[in-house]
Amino acid sequence: MSLLRVEGLEVRVGARVLLREVALALEAGELLGVVGPNGSGKSTLVKAIAQLLPHRGAVWLDGDSLARLSARQRARRLAYLGQDDGVRWPTSVADLVALGRHPWQSGGWGGASAARDREAVERALDAAEVEALRERRLDTLSGGERARARLARALAVEAPLLLADEPIAAADPRHQLRIMELLRAHCTRGAGVVLVLHDLTLASRFCDRLLLLHQGQVLAQGRPEQVLDAAKLRTAYGIEVLGGSHQGERYLIPWRCVETD
Amino acid sequence: MRRLFAPWSLNLALLALLALASLLSLGFGAAPLTPGEVLAGLFGTGSEEQRLIVQQIRLPRVVLAWLVGAALGATGAALQGLLRNPLAEPGLLGISASAGLGAVLTLHFGVTAISLWLLPGAAMLFALLATLALYLLTRRGASNLTLILAGVALSALAGALTSLALNLAPNPANVQDIVLWLLGSISDRSFDDVLLALPFVVVGLMLLLATAPALEVLALGEAEAASLGVDLARLRGLIVLGAALAVGSTVAVSGTIGFVGLVVPHLLRRLVHHRPGALLVPSALGGALLVLVADIALRLLDTPRELMLGVVTALVGAPFFLALVLRSRGAPG
Repeated sequence: MSLLRVEGLEVRVGARVLLREVALALEAGELLGVVGPNGSGKSTLVKAIAQLLPHRGAVWLDGDSLARLSARQRARRLAYLGQDDGVRWPTSVADLVALGRHPWQSGGWGGASAARDREAVERALDAAEVEALRERRLDTLSGGERARARLARALAVEAPLLLADEPIAAADPRHQLRIMELLRAHCTRGAGVVLVLHDLTLASRFCDRLLLLHQGQVLAQGRPEQVLDAAKLRTAYGIEVLGGSHQGERYLIPWRCVETD
Repeated sequence: MRRLFAPWSLNLALLALLALASLLSLGFGAAPLTPGEVLAGLFGTGSEEQRLIVQQIRLPRVVLAWLVGAALGATGAALQGLLRNPLAEPGLLGISASAGLGAVLTLHFGVTAISLWLLPGAAMLFALLATLALYLLTRRGASNLTLILAGVALSALAGALTSLALNLAPNPANVQDIVLWLLGSISDRSFDDVLLALPFVVVGLMLLLATAPALEVLALGEAEAASLGVDLARLRGLIVLGAALAVGSTVAVSGTIGFVGLVVPHLLRRLVHHRPGALLVPSALGGALLVLVADIALRLLDTPRELMLGVVTALVGAPFFLALVLRSRGAPG
Protein backbone atom coordinates (compact mmCIF):
# COMPACT_ATOMS: atom_id res chain seq x y z
CA MET A 1 0.00 0.00 0.00
CA SER A 2 1.30 3.43 -0.84
CA LEU A 3 2.08 5.83 2.00
CA LEU A 4 0.26 8.64 0.19
CA ARG A 5 -2.26 8.31 -2.59
CA VAL A 6 -4.04 11.26 -4.20
CA GLU A 7 -6.88 10.81 -6.68
CA GLY A 8 -8.86 13.32 -8.73
CA LEU A 9 -7.71 16.29 -6.67
CA GLU A 10 -9.33 19.53 -7.71
CA VAL A 11 -9.14 22.96 -6.10
CA ARG A 12 -11.31 25.88 -7.15
CA VAL A 13 -11.48 29.44 -5.90
CA GLY A 14 -14.73 30.86 -7.20
CA ALA A 15 -14.79 30.12 -10.92
CA ARG A 16 -11.01 29.72 -11.16
CA VAL A 17 -9.66 26.20 -11.23
CA LEU A 18 -6.29 26.11 -9.47
CA LEU A 19 -5.78 22.35 -9.69
CA ARG A 20 -7.49 19.80 -11.89
CA GLU A 21 -7.45 16.01 -11.85
CA VAL A 22 -4.21 15.58 -9.94
CA ALA A 23 -3.31 12.00 -9.08
CA LEU A 24 -0.13 10.79 -7.43
CA ALA A 25 1.25 8.07 -5.22
CA LEU A 26 4.20 8.15 -2.83
CA GLU A 27 5.91 5.20 -1.16
CA ALA A 28 7.53 5.34 2.26
CA GLY A 29 11.19 6.32 1.92
CA GLU A 30 10.56 8.16 -1.31
CA LEU A 31 11.31 11.81 -2.13
CA LEU A 32 8.83 13.28 -4.60
CA GLY A 33 9.72 16.64 -6.10
CA VAL A 34 6.96 18.97 -7.29
CA VAL A 35 8.19 21.37 -9.98
CA GLY A 36 6.49 23.82 -12.29
CA PRO A 37 6.34 27.53 -13.08
CA ASN A 38 4.99 30.17 -10.69
CA GLY A 39 1.25 29.90 -10.38
CA SER A 40 1.12 26.33 -11.68
CA GLY A 41 -0.44 25.11 -8.43
CA LYS A 42 2.52 23.63 -6.51
CA SER A 43 1.75 25.28 -3.18
CA THR A 44 -1.95 24.68 -3.72
CA LEU A 45 -1.23 20.98 -4.19
CA VAL A 46 0.68 20.54 -0.93
CA LYS A 47 -1.83 22.66 0.98
CA ALA A 48 -4.70 20.57 -0.38
CA ILE A 49 -2.91 17.35 0.56
CA ALA A 50 -2.37 18.79 4.06
CA GLN A 51 -6.14 19.51 4.16
CA LEU A 52 -5.50 23.21 4.55
CA LEU A 53 -7.66 24.11 1.55
CA PRO A 54 -11.15 23.07 0.54
CA HIS A 55 -10.82 20.61 -2.34
CA ARG A 56 -12.47 17.79 -4.21
CA GLY A 57 -10.99 14.35 -4.64
CA ALA A 58 -9.48 11.87 -2.25
CA VAL A 59 -6.24 11.90 -0.26
CA TRP A 60 -5.30 8.63 1.41
CA LEU A 61 -2.54 8.21 3.97
CA ASP A 62 -1.69 4.55 4.63
CA GLY A 63 -5.18 3.65 3.48
CA ASP A 64 -6.98 6.20 5.70
CA SER A 65 -8.85 9.10 4.16
CA LEU A 66 -7.14 12.23 5.48
CA ALA A 67 -10.36 14.22 5.34
CA ARG A 68 -11.96 11.77 7.80
CA LEU A 69 -9.18 11.86 10.39
CA SER A 70 -9.49 14.22 13.35
CA ALA A 71 -7.28 17.31 13.19
CA ARG A 72 -5.02 15.86 15.88
CA GLN A 73 -4.69 12.44 14.24
CA ARG A 74 -3.90 14.12 10.95
CA ALA A 75 -1.36 16.39 12.60
CA ARG A 76 0.50 13.38 14.00
CA ARG A 77 0.77 11.67 10.65
CA LEU A 78 1.51 14.57 8.36
CA ALA A 79 3.96 17.43 8.87
CA TYR A 80 3.59 20.59 6.79
CA LEU A 81 6.33 23.14 6.27
CA GLY A 82 4.87 26.23 4.62
CA GLN A 83 6.44 28.47 2.06
CA ASP A 84 5.93 31.66 4.03
CA ASP A 85 8.08 32.08 7.08
CA GLY A 86 5.22 33.19 9.31
CA VAL A 87 7.24 33.25 12.53
CA ARG A 88 6.83 36.74 14.00
CA TRP A 89 8.23 36.39 17.51
CA PRO A 90 11.97 36.00 18.08
CA THR A 91 11.72 32.82 20.14
CA SER A 92 14.68 30.48 20.58
CA VAL A 93 15.36 27.70 18.07
CA ALA A 94 14.64 25.09 20.75
CA ASP A 95 11.26 26.66 21.56
CA LEU A 96 10.41 26.80 17.85
CA VAL A 97 11.28 23.15 17.29
CA ALA A 98 9.30 22.09 20.38
CA LEU A 99 6.13 23.45 18.74
CA GLY A 100 6.31 20.46 16.39
CA ARG A 101 5.30 18.30 19.35
CA HIS A 102 1.96 20.05 19.77
CA PRO A 103 -0.12 17.21 18.22
CA TRP A 104 1.34 14.80 20.78
CA GLN A 105 0.71 16.92 23.85
CA SER A 106 -2.49 16.44 25.78
CA GLY A 107 -3.73 19.99 26.25
CA GLY A 108 -0.89 20.86 28.63
CA TRP A 109 0.49 24.33 29.16
CA GLY A 110 3.56 23.70 27.06
CA GLY A 111 5.97 23.89 29.96
CA ALA A 112 5.86 20.28 31.17
CA SER A 113 6.47 18.32 28.01
CA ALA A 114 6.99 14.62 28.41
CA ALA A 115 10.36 12.93 28.07
CA ARG A 116 9.22 11.48 24.73
CA ASP A 117 8.67 14.98 23.37
CA ARG A 118 12.06 16.18 24.57
CA GLU A 119 13.73 13.23 22.87
CA ALA A 120 11.88 13.94 19.63
CA VAL A 121 13.01 17.57 19.79
CA GLU A 122 16.61 16.44 20.33
CA ARG A 123 16.40 14.08 17.35
CA ALA A 124 14.97 16.86 15.18
CA LEU A 125 17.63 19.37 16.26
CA ASP A 126 20.21 16.74 15.46
CA ALA A 127 18.69 15.70 12.12
CA ALA A 128 18.48 19.29 10.86
CA GLU A 129 21.93 20.06 12.29
CA VAL A 130 20.80 22.95 14.43
CA GLU A 131 21.81 21.65 17.90
CA ALA A 132 24.48 24.34 18.10
CA LEU A 133 21.84 27.00 17.45
CA ARG A 134 19.33 25.78 20.02
CA GLU A 135 19.54 28.79 22.34
CA ARG A 136 19.85 31.33 19.54
CA ARG A 137 16.99 33.71 18.93
CA LEU A 138 15.40 33.39 15.49
CA ASP A 139 16.07 37.00 14.63
CA THR A 140 19.81 36.42 14.96
CA LEU A 141 19.91 33.57 12.41
CA SER A 142 20.87 33.77 8.75
CA GLY A 143 18.32 32.80 6.11
CA GLY A 144 19.85 29.35 5.71
CA GLU A 145 20.04 28.72 9.46
CA ARG A 146 16.46 29.84 9.83
CA ALA A 147 15.37 27.49 7.04
CA ARG A 148 17.06 24.57 8.84
CA ALA A 149 15.46 25.58 12.16
CA ARG A 150 12.04 25.58 10.53
CA LEU A 151 12.80 22.21 8.96
CA ALA A 152 13.72 20.89 12.41
CA ARG A 153 10.32 22.10 13.66
CA ALA A 154 8.62 20.02 10.93
CA LEU A 155 10.84 17.00 11.62
CA ALA A 156 9.97 17.15 15.33
CA VAL A 157 6.42 16.07 14.49
CA GLU A 158 7.97 12.70 13.53
CA ALA A 159 5.18 12.14 11.06
CA PRO A 160 5.55 9.48 8.36
CA LEU A 161 4.80 12.11 5.70
CA LEU A 162 6.50 15.48 5.31
CA LEU A 163 5.15 18.13 2.94
CA ALA A 164 7.72 20.88 2.40
CA ASP A 165 6.91 23.93 0.28
CA GLU A 166 10.11 25.49 -1.04
CA PRO A 167 12.22 24.97 2.09
CA ILE A 168 15.38 26.01 0.25
CA ALA A 169 14.08 29.23 -1.31
CA ALA A 170 15.83 31.51 1.19
CA ALA A 171 19.05 29.51 1.50
CA ASP A 172 22.44 30.02 -0.13
CA PRO A 173 23.84 27.27 -2.44
CA ARG A 174 25.64 25.46 0.36
CA HIS A 175 22.58 25.51 2.64
CA GLN A 176 20.45 24.37 -0.29
CA LEU A 177 22.66 21.32 -0.78
CA ARG A 178 22.69 20.64 2.98
CA ILE A 179 18.92 20.82 3.22
CA MET A 180 18.50 18.50 0.24
CA GLU A 181 20.87 16.02 1.91
CA LEU A 182 18.91 16.32 5.17
CA LEU A 183 15.64 15.62 3.36
CA ARG A 184 17.22 12.60 1.63
CA ALA A 185 18.37 11.34 5.02
CA HIS A 186 14.85 11.82 6.34
CA CYS A 187 13.62 9.52 3.53
CA THR A 188 16.34 6.99 4.32
CA ARG A 189 14.93 6.82 7.85
CA GLY A 190 11.66 5.69 6.27
CA ALA A 191 9.61 8.86 5.82
CA GLY A 192 7.93 9.97 2.61
CA VAL A 193 8.61 13.54 1.50
CA VAL A 194 6.75 15.75 -0.96
CA LEU A 195 9.00 18.69 -1.78
CA VAL A 196 8.21 21.79 -3.81
CA LEU A 197 11.29 23.33 -5.40
CA HIS A 198 12.44 25.44 -8.32
CA ASP A 199 16.01 24.27 -8.83
CA LEU A 200 15.89 21.73 -11.65
CA THR A 201 19.37 20.34 -11.00
CA LEU A 202 18.63 19.69 -7.32
CA ALA A 203 15.27 18.22 -8.31
CA SER A 204 16.96 15.91 -10.80
CA ARG A 205 19.75 14.84 -8.45
CA PHE A 206 17.95 14.38 -5.15
CA CYS A 207 14.39 13.36 -5.95
CA ASP A 208 13.31 9.80 -6.67
CA ARG A 209 10.45 10.99 -8.77
CA LEU A 210 9.17 14.31 -10.05
CA LEU A 211 5.77 15.76 -10.74
CA LEU A 212 5.68 18.62 -13.25
CA LEU A 213 2.69 20.93 -12.90
CA HIS A 214 1.53 23.24 -15.64
CA GLN A 215 -1.58 25.43 -15.33
CA GLY A 216 -2.96 23.34 -12.50
CA GLN A 217 -2.57 20.02 -14.25
CA VAL A 218 0.04 17.29 -14.17
CA LEU A 219 2.12 17.66 -17.33
CA ALA A 220 4.45 14.80 -16.49
CA GLN A 221 5.18 12.47 -13.63
CA GLY A 222 7.92 9.89 -13.22
CA ARG A 223 11.66 9.53 -12.87
CA PRO A 224 13.58 12.84 -13.16
CA GLU A 225 15.09 12.05 -16.57
CA GLN A 226 11.61 11.30 -17.95
CA VAL A 227 10.04 14.47 -16.58
CA LEU A 228 12.81 16.99 -17.20
CA ASP A 229 13.07 16.61 -20.95
CA ALA A 230 13.52 19.53 -23.32
CA ALA A 231 10.04 19.48 -24.85
CA LYS A 232 8.21 19.32 -21.52
CA LEU A 233 10.32 22.09 -19.97
CA ARG A 234 9.67 24.21 -23.02
CA THR A 235 5.93 23.69 -22.68
CA ALA A 236 5.81 24.20 -18.92
CA TYR A 237 8.25 27.08 -18.42
CA GLY A 238 8.83 28.46 -21.92
CA ILE A 239 12.58 28.01 -21.50
CA GLU A 240 15.39 26.25 -23.22
CA VAL A 241 17.57 24.30 -20.84
CA LEU A 242 21.27 23.59 -21.08
CA GLY A 243 21.97 20.14 -19.72
CA GLY A 244 24.81 17.71 -19.19
CA SER A 245 26.14 15.29 -16.67
CA HIS A 246 28.86 15.36 -14.07
CA GLN A 247 30.05 12.25 -12.24
CA GLY A 248 27.06 10.38 -13.53
CA GLU A 249 24.50 12.94 -12.34
CA ARG A 250 22.48 15.30 -14.50
CA TYR A 251 22.60 19.05 -14.28
CA LEU A 252 20.19 21.47 -15.94
CA ILE A 253 20.75 25.18 -16.40
CA PRO A 254 17.90 27.43 -17.57
CA TRP A 255 19.45 29.08 -20.61
CA ARG A 256 17.04 31.28 -22.52
CA CYS A 257 13.36 32.11 -22.81
CA VAL A 258 11.58 30.70 -25.84
CA GLU A 259 8.13 31.07 -27.29
CA THR A 260 5.75 28.40 -26.02
CA ASP A 261 3.52 26.65 -28.52
CA MET B 1 17.21 23.41 28.30
CA ARG B 2 18.96 26.40 29.83
CA ARG B 3 16.52 28.99 31.01
CA LEU B 4 16.90 32.37 32.63
CA PHE B 5 14.09 31.32 34.94
CA ALA B 6 10.98 29.20 34.69
CA PRO B 7 7.60 30.83 33.95
CA TRP B 8 6.29 29.88 37.38
CA SER B 9 9.04 31.82 39.14
CA LEU B 10 8.13 34.91 37.14
CA ASN B 11 4.49 34.43 38.10
CA LEU B 12 5.47 33.91 41.72
CA ALA B 13 7.53 37.10 41.73
CA LEU B 14 4.65 39.06 40.19
CA LEU B 15 2.24 37.60 42.76
CA ALA B 16 4.54 38.62 45.60
CA LEU B 17 4.79 42.17 44.25
CA LEU B 18 1.04 42.23 43.82
CA ALA B 19 0.50 41.18 47.45
CA LEU B 20 2.95 43.85 48.60
CA ALA B 21 1.29 46.57 46.51
CA SER B 22 -2.13 45.46 47.76
CA LEU B 23 -0.97 45.79 51.37
CA LEU B 24 0.36 49.27 50.62
CA SER B 25 -2.84 50.30 48.88
CA LEU B 26 -4.99 49.04 51.78
CA GLY B 27 -2.92 50.94 54.30
CA PHE B 28 -2.83 54.16 52.35
CA GLY B 29 -5.45 56.90 52.72
CA ALA B 30 -6.90 59.61 54.95
CA ALA B 31 -6.42 57.29 57.94
CA PRO B 32 -3.04 55.61 57.34
CA LEU B 33 -2.74 52.03 58.60
CA THR B 34 0.40 49.97 59.18
CA PRO B 35 0.67 46.64 57.35
CA GLY B 36 -0.07 44.90 60.65
CA GLU B 37 -3.25 46.93 61.13
CA VAL B 38 -4.24 46.24 57.54
CA LEU B 39 -3.90 42.49 58.06
CA ALA B 40 -5.79 42.75 61.36
CA GLY B 41 -8.58 44.68 59.65
CA LEU B 42 -8.60 42.34 56.70
CA PHE B 43 -8.94 39.16 58.74
CA GLY B 44 -11.39 40.69 61.22
CA THR B 45 -9.12 40.72 64.27
CA GLY B 46 -8.65 44.51 64.35
CA SER B 47 -10.89 47.26 65.69
CA GLU B 48 -14.33 47.90 64.23
CA GLU B 49 -12.98 51.03 62.54
CA GLN B 50 -10.04 49.20 60.97
CA ARG B 51 -12.33 46.47 59.70
CA LEU B 52 -14.69 49.00 58.16
CA ILE B 53 -11.93 50.99 56.47
CA VAL B 54 -10.06 48.00 55.11
CA GLN B 55 -12.90 45.70 54.17
CA GLN B 56 -15.61 48.10 53.05
CA ILE B 57 -13.77 51.14 51.75
CA ARG B 58 -10.33 50.14 50.54
CA LEU B 59 -10.63 46.46 49.61
CA PRO B 60 -13.14 46.97 46.76
CA ARG B 61 -10.77 49.45 45.19
CA VAL B 62 -7.86 47.01 45.41
CA VAL B 63 -9.87 44.08 44.07
CA LEU B 64 -11.14 46.22 41.20
CA ALA B 65 -7.57 47.17 40.37
CA TRP B 66 -6.74 43.45 40.17
CA LEU B 67 -9.72 42.70 37.96
CA VAL B 68 -9.29 45.66 35.62
CA GLY B 69 -5.54 45.15 35.31
CA ALA B 70 -5.73 41.39 34.84
CA ALA B 71 -8.46 41.73 32.22
CA LEU B 72 -6.60 44.40 30.26
CA GLY B 73 -3.19 42.72 30.55
CA ALA B 74 -4.38 39.27 29.52
CA THR B 75 -6.55 40.62 26.70
CA GLY B 76 -3.64 42.64 25.34
CA ALA B 77 -1.36 39.61 25.39
CA ALA B 78 -3.98 37.35 23.79
CA LEU B 79 -4.82 39.85 21.04
CA GLN B 80 -1.11 40.35 20.32
CA GLY B 81 -0.70 36.59 20.05
CA LEU B 82 -3.76 36.12 17.86
CA LEU B 83 -3.01 38.98 15.50
CA ARG B 84 0.72 38.26 15.78
CA ASN B 85 1.30 41.93 16.27
CA PRO B 86 2.89 43.57 19.35
CA LEU B 87 0.83 46.74 18.87
CA ALA B 88 -2.55 45.10 19.38
CA GLU B 89 -4.30 46.34 22.50
CA PRO B 90 -7.96 46.62 23.53
CA GLY B 91 -7.64 50.42 23.86
CA LEU B 92 -5.79 51.09 20.63
CA LEU B 93 -8.03 48.77 18.66
CA GLY B 94 -11.19 50.52 19.76
CA ILE B 95 -12.54 47.68 21.89
CA SER B 96 -12.47 49.77 25.07
CA ALA B 97 -13.93 52.80 23.31
CA SER B 98 -16.74 50.67 21.90
CA ALA B 99 -17.48 49.17 25.31
CA GLY B 100 -17.45 52.75 26.60
CA LEU B 101 -19.95 53.77 23.94
CA GLY B 102 -22.28 50.97 24.98
CA ALA B 103 -22.13 52.15 28.58
CA VAL B 104 -22.49 55.84 27.62
CA LEU B 105 -25.63 55.11 25.63
CA THR B 106 -27.30 53.64 28.71
CA LEU B 107 -26.19 56.68 30.76
CA HIS B 108 -27.39 59.03 28.01
CA PHE B 109 -30.85 57.56 27.92
CA GLY B 110 -30.87 57.41 31.71
CA VAL B 111 -32.00 53.81 31.64
CA THR B 112 -29.38 52.49 34.08
CA ALA B 113 -32.00 52.53 36.83
CA ILE B 114 -34.06 49.88 35.05
CA SER B 115 -31.53 47.18 35.75
CA LEU B 116 -28.12 46.95 37.34
CA TRP B 117 -27.12 44.76 34.40
CA LEU B 118 -28.03 47.15 31.61
CA LEU B 119 -24.84 49.22 31.62
CA PRO B 120 -22.36 46.31 31.85
CA GLY B 121 -24.47 44.30 29.40
CA ALA B 122 -24.35 47.11 26.84
CA ALA B 123 -20.61 47.55 27.42
CA MET B 124 -19.95 43.86 26.82
CA LEU B 125 -22.19 43.73 23.77
CA PHE B 126 -20.40 46.67 22.17
CA ALA B 127 -16.99 45.22 23.07
CA LEU B 128 -18.04 41.97 21.41
CA LEU B 129 -19.22 43.76 18.26
CA ALA B 130 -15.98 45.74 18.07
CA THR B 131 -13.75 42.68 18.52
CA LEU B 132 -15.76 40.81 15.91
CA ALA B 133 -15.55 43.72 13.46
CA LEU B 134 -11.78 43.94 13.94
CA TYR B 135 -11.38 40.26 13.40
CA LEU B 136 -13.46 40.30 10.22
CA LEU B 137 -11.57 43.34 8.92
CA THR B 138 -8.15 41.82 9.46
CA ARG B 139 -8.48 38.07 9.12
CA ARG B 140 -7.21 37.71 5.56
CA GLY B 141 -3.52 38.34 6.01
CA ALA B 142 -4.01 42.01 6.73
CA SER B 143 -0.87 44.01 7.51
CA ASN B 144 -0.06 45.71 10.80
CA LEU B 145 -1.05 48.98 9.18
CA THR B 146 -4.53 47.73 8.23
CA LEU B 147 -5.07 46.47 11.76
CA ILE B 148 -4.04 49.69 13.45
CA LEU B 149 -6.01 51.79 10.98
CA ALA B 150 -9.08 49.63 11.49
CA GLY B 151 -8.63 50.16 15.24
CA VAL B 152 -8.23 53.91 14.75
CA ALA B 153 -11.38 54.01 12.63
CA LEU B 154 -13.31 51.98 15.18
CA SER B 155 -12.06 54.19 18.04
CA ALA B 156 -12.96 57.31 16.08
CA LEU B 157 -16.45 56.01 15.35
CA ALA B 158 -17.05 55.05 18.97
CA GLY B 159 -15.61 58.42 20.06
CA ALA B 160 -17.83 60.33 17.64
CA LEU B 161 -20.95 58.51 18.78
CA THR B 162 -19.94 59.10 22.41
CA SER B 163 -19.58 62.82 21.65
CA LEU B 164 -22.96 62.76 19.98
CA ALA B 165 -24.46 61.21 23.09
CA LEU B 166 -22.88 64.02 25.16
CA ASN B 167 -24.03 66.64 22.67
CA LEU B 168 -27.61 65.48 22.80
CA ALA B 169 -27.62 64.64 26.50
CA PRO B 170 -31.03 65.63 27.93
CA ASN B 171 -29.63 67.37 31.03
CA PRO B 172 -26.34 68.48 32.65
CA ALA B 173 -26.46 65.71 35.24
CA ASN B 174 -26.27 63.11 32.48
CA VAL B 175 -23.32 64.97 30.94
CA GLN B 176 -21.43 64.96 34.21
CA ASP B 177 -22.18 61.27 34.74
CA ILE B 178 -20.84 60.43 31.31
CA VAL B 179 -17.72 62.60 31.51
CA LEU B 180 -16.69 61.38 34.95
CA TRP B 181 -17.29 57.83 33.93
CA LEU B 182 -15.33 58.22 30.69
CA LEU B 183 -12.20 59.40 32.50
CA GLY B 184 -11.86 55.98 34.07
CA SER B 185 -11.54 55.42 37.79
CA ILE B 186 -11.75 52.76 40.47
CA SER B 187 -12.20 55.09 43.44
CA ASP B 188 -15.41 55.15 45.49
CA ARG B 189 -16.39 51.69 44.31
CA SER B 190 -18.22 49.20 46.45
CA PHE B 191 -18.36 45.43 46.52
CA ASP B 192 -21.45 45.66 44.31
CA ASP B 193 -19.18 46.85 41.52
CA VAL B 194 -16.70 44.10 42.25
CA LEU B 195 -19.40 41.43 42.20
CA LEU B 196 -20.79 42.83 38.97
CA ALA B 197 -17.49 42.53 37.11
CA LEU B 198 -16.03 39.50 38.87
CA PRO B 199 -17.90 36.62 37.17
CA PHE B 200 -17.39 38.05 33.69
CA VAL B 201 -13.74 38.83 34.24
CA VAL B 202 -13.16 35.33 35.63
CA VAL B 203 -14.93 33.61 32.73
CA GLY B 204 -13.25 35.93 30.22
CA LEU B 205 -9.81 35.24 31.72
CA MET B 206 -10.45 31.50 31.71
CA LEU B 207 -11.36 31.61 28.02
CA LEU B 208 -8.25 33.66 27.25
CA LEU B 209 -5.91 31.48 29.31
CA ALA B 210 -7.30 28.33 27.68
CA THR B 211 -5.86 29.55 24.38
CA ALA B 212 -2.25 29.46 25.62
CA PRO B 213 -1.12 26.23 23.89
CA ALA B 214 -2.79 27.19 20.60
CA LEU B 215 -1.30 30.71 20.73
CA GLU B 216 2.17 29.19 21.12
CA VAL B 217 1.68 27.20 17.93
CA LEU B 218 0.11 30.12 16.08
CA ALA B 219 3.52 31.79 16.29
CA LEU B 220 4.36 29.63 13.26
CA GLY B 221 1.70 31.27 11.11
CA GLU B 222 -1.85 30.18 10.40
CA ALA B 223 -1.19 27.43 7.84
CA GLU B 224 1.46 25.60 9.86
CA ALA B 225 -0.54 26.03 13.06
CA ALA B 226 -3.56 24.46 11.36
CA SER B 227 -1.36 21.61 10.12
CA LEU B 228 -0.39 20.95 13.75
CA GLY B 229 -4.02 20.51 14.69
CA VAL B 230 -4.86 24.03 15.94
CA ASP B 231 -8.52 24.86 15.31
CA LEU B 232 -8.16 28.47 14.18
CA ALA B 233 -11.88 29.23 14.22
CA ARG B 234 -12.18 28.00 17.81
CA LEU B 235 -9.08 29.95 18.85
CA ARG B 236 -10.43 33.18 17.39
CA GLY B 237 -13.84 32.56 18.91
CA LEU B 238 -12.38 32.03 22.39
CA ILE B 239 -10.28 35.19 22.22
CA VAL B 240 -13.04 37.38 20.77
CA LEU B 241 -15.48 36.21 23.43
CA GLY B 242 -12.91 36.30 26.25
CA ALA B 243 -11.77 39.81 25.31
CA ALA B 244 -15.33 41.08 25.06
CA LEU B 245 -16.32 39.64 28.46
CA ALA B 246 -13.18 40.73 30.30
CA VAL B 247 -12.81 44.20 28.77
CA GLY B 248 -16.53 44.90 28.51
CA SER B 249 -17.19 44.11 32.16
CA THR B 250 -14.20 46.04 33.49
CA VAL B 251 -15.02 49.08 31.33
CA ALA B 252 -18.51 48.85 32.78
CA VAL B 253 -17.24 49.32 36.35
CA SER B 254 -14.14 51.44 35.81
CA GLY B 255 -14.63 53.39 32.59
CA THR B 256 -12.02 53.30 29.86
CA ILE B 257 -8.47 52.71 31.06
CA GLY B 258 -6.03 52.61 28.19
CA PHE B 259 -2.58 51.26 27.35
CA VAL B 260 -2.32 48.68 30.15
CA GLY B 261 -2.82 45.89 27.60
CA LEU B 262 -0.06 47.34 25.43
CA VAL B 263 2.56 48.19 28.02
CA VAL B 264 2.40 45.11 30.25
CA PRO B 265 2.87 42.34 27.65
CA HIS B 266 5.60 44.39 26.04
CA LEU B 267 7.56 44.69 29.29
CA LEU B 268 7.19 40.98 30.11
CA ARG B 269 7.64 39.41 26.65
CA ARG B 270 11.40 39.12 26.90
CA LEU B 271 11.11 37.38 30.28
CA VAL B 272 9.03 34.56 28.75
CA HIS B 273 11.36 34.27 25.75
CA HIS B 274 8.81 35.80 23.39
CA ARG B 275 6.43 32.86 23.76
CA PRO B 276 2.92 34.23 23.15
CA GLY B 277 1.15 31.53 25.20
CA ALA B 278 3.49 31.74 28.17
CA LEU B 279 2.91 35.51 28.20
CA LEU B 280 -0.78 35.29 29.17
CA VAL B 281 -0.60 34.59 32.92
CA PRO B 282 2.29 37.00 33.61
CA SER B 283 0.43 39.69 31.65
CA ALA B 284 -2.69 39.22 33.77
CA LEU B 285 -0.63 39.47 36.98
CA GLY B 286 1.49 42.31 35.62
CA GLY B 287 -1.62 44.20 34.51
CA ALA B 288 -3.11 43.89 37.98
CA LEU B 289 0.15 45.12 39.48
CA LEU B 290 0.43 48.08 37.09
CA VAL B 291 -3.13 49.29 37.67
CA LEU B 292 -2.72 48.91 41.43
CA VAL B 293 0.58 50.85 41.42
CA ALA B 294 -0.91 53.56 39.17
CA ASP B 295 -3.86 53.82 41.54
CA ILE B 296 -1.47 54.25 44.50
CA ALA B 297 0.63 56.77 42.58
CA LEU B 298 -2.29 59.02 41.69
CA ARG B 299 -3.21 59.20 45.38
CA LEU B 300 0.39 60.10 46.29
CA LEU B 301 0.51 62.95 43.78
CA ASP B 302 -0.28 66.29 45.33
CA THR B 303 -2.82 67.56 42.83
CA PRO B 304 -5.70 70.01 43.52
CA ARG B 305 -8.10 67.17 42.78
CA GLU B 306 -7.42 63.45 42.71
CA LEU B 307 -6.38 62.38 39.23
CA MET B 308 -8.50 59.78 37.46
CA LEU B 309 -6.88 56.41 36.78
CA GLY B 310 -7.66 56.47 33.04
CA VAL B 311 -5.97 59.87 32.78
CA VAL B 312 -2.82 58.59 34.47
CA THR B 313 -2.49 55.40 32.38
CA ALA B 314 -3.02 57.41 29.18
CA LEU B 315 -0.45 60.02 30.23
CA VAL B 316 2.12 57.29 30.81
CA GLY B 317 0.99 54.87 28.10
CA ALA B 318 0.69 57.15 25.11
CA PRO B 319 4.37 58.25 25.12
CA PHE B 320 5.30 54.62 25.65
CA PHE B 321 3.29 53.66 22.57
CA LEU B 322 4.95 56.42 20.57
CA ALA B 323 8.39 55.17 21.65
CA LEU B 324 7.40 51.64 20.64
CA VAL B 325 6.29 52.78 17.19
CA LEU B 326 9.46 54.82 16.69
CA ARG B 327 11.62 51.89 17.74
CA SER B 328 9.87 49.41 15.47
CA ARG B 329 10.14 51.82 12.53
CA GLY B 330 11.98 50.08 9.72
CA ALA B 331 11.68 46.69 11.39
CA PRO B 332 9.86 44.18 9.22
CA GLY B 333 6.15 44.21 9.96
